[in-house]
Amino acid sequence: MIRFITNNIAKCLLLLVAISIIVFILVSVSPVDPVQANAGQTAYLNMSEAKRAQLAEYWGVNTPIWERYANWAKDFIHGDMGTSLRYNAPVSEVIATRALNSLALMASAWVISGLLGFISGIAAGMNRGRLIDKLVKGYCFVLASSPTFWVALIFLMIFSVSLDWFPIGFSVPLGVSAANVTIFDHLRHLILPAITLSVVGVANIALHTREKTIDVIESDYFRFALARGERPWRALRKHGLRNLMMPALTLQFAAIAEIFGGAVLVEQVFSYPGLGQAAVTAGLGGDVALLAGIAVISALFVFTGNLIANILYGVVDPRIRGARKMLGASGAVGAARDTGDTGSTDGIDKEQAGG
Amino acid sequence: MDKVLFHAAKMRLFNNRLQTMIIMMVALAILAAVVISGMLVMGNAQTTDFASKNLAPSFAHPFGTDWMGRDMFIRTLSGLAMSMFVGLLAATVSSLIAVGLGMAAALGGKRMDAVITWLIDLLMGLPHIILLILIAFAIGKGFWGVTIGVAVTHWPNLARVIRAEVLQCKQSNYIAHAEKLGTSKLKIAWRHITPYIIPQLLVGFVLLFPHAILHEAAITFLGFGLPPEQPAIGIILSEAMGHLSTGMWWLALFPGIALVAIVLLFDLAGSSLRRLIDPHRSQD
Repeated sequence: MIRFITNNIAKCLLLLVAISIIVFILVSVSPVDPVQANAGQTAYLNMSEAKRAQLAEYWGVNTPIWERYANWAKDFIHGDMGTSLRYNAPVSEVIATRALNSLALMASAWVISGLLGFISGIAAGMNRGRLIDKLVKGYCFVLASSPTFWVALIFLMIFSVSLDWFPIGFSVPLGVSAANVTIFDHLRHLILPAITLSVVGVANIALHTREKTIDVIESDYFRFALARGERPWRALRKHGLRNLMMPALTLQFAAIAEIFGGAVLVEQVFSYPGLGQAAVTAGLGGDVALLAGIAVISALFVFTGNLIANILYGVVDPRIRGARKMLGASGAVGAARDTGDTGSTDGIDKEQAGG
Repeated sequence: MDKVLFHAAKMRLFNNRLQTMIIMMVALAILAAVVISGMLVMGNAQTTDFASKNLAPSFAHPFGTDWMGRDMFIRTLSGLAMSMFVGLLAATVSSLIAVGLGMAAALGGKRMDAVITWLIDLLMGLPHIILLILIAFAIGKGFWGVTIGVAVTHWPNLARVIRAEVLQCKQSNYIAHAEKLGTSKLKIAWRHITPYIIPQLLVGFVLLFPHAILHEAAITFLGFGLPPEQPAIGIILSEAMGHLSTGMWWLALFPGIALVAIVLLFDLAGSSLRRLIDPHRSQD
């Protein structure tokens, strides 16, 4: 077991290094000229050739990319991720404050969508073919096809503009000094983005749980329990719930990439100052250091989620531990998909799109 | 007894195959109609008419007009056409990558398989949106930035399906016979394996397409995709965001519904196609 876990962690670290290389290459080949971006348009135009060359030297335009990567990675591990142009602060600081906001948003969405999806999945599975099943299925189908940012826009329009229940944006009220911002202000600004993200994230988990529930209902042990005279719901609670919970939890951990992707869009619509919004600002503003930092951090999020999912899978199902050596970070989930275990969900995992 | 057995089947107007065919036909017809009419009216999408701005939906302007007097229906139509064009292109390229890598993983030996599976894990490691932002950042925004970005990010799922499918096919007797008869590997891949994966490929492609449209809209919405002068659903919605507090609900509502309708239609087409091809995997 310990070997299984260390293997998994090693795999994730290796993938993380590879991701950081890819991220670095992608931000490096960008047509954005580092000298121009860092000095600003006007300053660049007024600069002498010699000064430009000097700055180019300073920003390492002429050093080979591997050397630059090595320097960047070394500093990154030590916590120095460079300086953000847009926010005029160390990247690590920007990320730290924003990661906290994003974590609050993503964690609440993760919990709410998980619970909602699990419960509605069971309800649908237990009432297969009846109205409630059709409602849940229809809901999942439609929501999986709706772009996250559009749902966010509609919610904003209904609940903030028309009904005026929630503020239109930002994580704290405007014009209030930081000391006076209470936890309730934070909560009030968090609610609508979190609800949006949860509502959109339900589909995958609900459909998966629904299928698993049907499997349980059709199993021999469940039939036997019914034959003994147990009531269906009680039988499900006693014999089925544990079988349903672990795969659902695993799936939910593996869905962190999707929640992160959704959060980027939701944060943008609600002007919620989280990592996603910073990534967009950095990308649009040519802020290389910040963009690279956030990209690596987001990969860290995803891998942590996948790692937990994989380990959970291994704990529950000993066969996974040995069998799926070839598959890496998303191994368990991938394996489940390969064997058709997650059923029809793979057509629907487009929440990432924000879709 | 008769009644019990055939009840479910009789309740349905069409059988599965007919139903799938009808959905596919409708989807294709709508695809053609939107793309052609969208391309035709694209020139009018930017026509401003300040005499009729901020109009709520009416018969003359079914989707209303915006703050510059542009007709939202025409904008939506040409935006959809643009999105579908990008989606079609990206989904095609993505499916081709998926077939190539999926088959290579299954046929190219253990090492190749490990490398490709690792590549898939790598791509899954970054949230799609972040990866799309990075790609748009690297190769510049605009049409090619989005199309390449979406194409590069969408193949892993389908590649996995194809890999599993080819592995299954490899077990069959006719492949073993072909090998014993001395047929070359390439010929086996082309003659015996390619036809075997075509149904799954078709399903994968049809399901990839709406996915690609959604990603295109999302990335354009964030400002990394198509440029603002091009009519695109993402652009329309991000502009609508700026006018939300004015109460012009039609700016965001109708273009979004149009997008959702298209995506739903193709999702439906894809899943009913899959039901036809792969009956046990999607019972209901």
